[in-house]
Amino acid sequence: MSDNTIQKNVSLAVDELSFSYSGKKALDKVSFSVNPAECTILLGPNGAGKSTLFSLITRLYDSNLGSIHLCGFDLKRQTRQALSRLGVVFQQTTLDLDLTVMQNLHYHAALHGMGRKQANLCIQEELERLNMYDRRSERVRQLNGGHKRRVEIARALLHKPALLLLDEPTIGLDVPSRQSIVEHIHQLVNEHSLSVLWATHLIDEIYPNDQLIVLHKGQIRFKGSVADVLHRTNSESINDAFKQLTQGENG
Amino acid sequence: MNALHYWRAMWGIIGRELWRFVRQRERFVSALVRPLVWLFIFAAGFRAALGLAITPPYETYILYEVYITPGLMGMIQLFNGMQSSLSMVYDREMGSMRILMVCPLPRWFLLLSKLIAGVAVSILQVYVFLLIAWIYNIEPPLVGYLYVLPALVLSGAMLGALGLLLSSFIKQLENFAGVMNFVIFPMFFMSTALYPLWKMKESSEWLHHLAFFNPFSQAVELIRFSLYGQFNTFAFVYTFAAFLIFMVIAIMGYNPSKGMMMKKGGR
Repeated sequence: MSDNTIQKNVSLAVDELSFSYSGKKALDKVSFSVNPAECTILLGPNGAGKSTLFSLITRLYDSNLGSIHLCGFDLKRQTRQALSRLGVVFQQTTLDLDLTVMQNLHYHAALHGMGRKQANLCIQEELERLNMYDRRSERVRQLNGGHKRRVEIARALLHKPALLLLDEPTIGLDVPSRQSIVEHIHQLVNEHSLSVLWATHLIDEIYPNDQLIVLHKGQIRFKGSVADVLHRTNSESINDAFKQLTQGENG
Repeated sequence: MNALHYWRAMWGIIGRELWRFVRQRERFVSALVRPLVWLFIFAAGFRAALGLAITPPYETYILYEVYITPGLMGMIQLFNGMQSSLSMVYDREMGSMRILMVCPLPRWFLLLSKLIAGVAVSILQVYVFLLIAWIYNIEPPLVGYLYVLPALVLSGAMLGALGLLLSSFIKQLENFAGVMNFVIFPMFFMSTALYPLWKMKESSEWLHHLAFFNPFSQAVELIRFSLYGQFNTFAFVYTFAAFLIFMVIAIMGYNPSKGMMMKKGGR
């Protein structure tokens, strides 16, 4: 993984990453990569280290142990280049409820240095894809949970990132909203060669072609395809495989 | 292209803050009511109790309402600075701060933009207050309205930077009320906003020193002199130095490898 040429070809390369809170290890030598046009699902029980990992990739935290590369750019040394390739949907809604959909998106576009004209085009494109363009003048407060999420996904994609980070984006949504978001993201991976790292604990959001990473107690217990995990654990469902990989050590 | 990115981002941040302010009408009203209550009720009541000698920048005997007006302008900015830091702590807890921190620009620049946005909002409030004060017969010279603008930029920046600094070290929203009590009230009451320094010296030498070195006092004096078309060099230098110190510590506080995150124990 330390080879630069490999890192340039992958969207996200995490290498030997460790992080502790007051001496307690939250991540222990975590290494994995996400390739272009690949949807990688990050599975793990509560407290597995998923949030810490996301905080490190978004550079909210910083670690001296290990490295993170985004499209070949070192997150620590080439922060700006690296972050410009990243789109994020956080677990909590991070929209301004008092502003309209358009105002929220224009704010994001400005932060990424987009001009008015270009921003308008991209906003229209992303909102239309999610059937939200007609609601662009509404205040976010008036939207339901599913629609807010769609706006956040549109926002994360405005600046055409190579990697989309999703931190349990479907939490608290009803089944149809969840399904439509899961479908949309997979469509983006297939049709637009987007890379996705998706933290969830909802097994039914996983598609057969997805890559899996199982994180438990700060360590990677498995990484590979859905078929691999079933084969390796000799399980019939991902649910069983997940239980096996994290068995007896919960809490 | 790079400079354009900075320019657009800064306007994006300022625009968002102004929109939010316009949309939150209660915030606008309460920001105005506070100093107006002080002006109409407190100052009117104290008019008889507090005799004021002629002191610069005033050239004649003045009413207490006239004396307290620059202090109340400072108060608007003090509350605004603290309010924006409160909103930063809130944003951080709610997560919307992350959107700002994840964008590909240096953090010092993002914090500075946020600060400028807060200052813009506070200046808007101050001018509306000045308009009402003018209707109430507090009429500084016309040029004062122009001269006071750069002073308000600096005092607003200093108080905003103090707010940023506090927000970087406050871990939770609940801790904020305490800090407000320990920062806003001592800063306001131990300053020249409500009573001149010489008056304080009469009652306590010790209090006089504290008030003199209080950056809020110097910000108020800078505003007071500018409003009457004069420049107070010491107040300017002191306020500017305080701004620099607060800003540097705030930026360090928001550094992912040094500041607040590490305070939580992460390594």
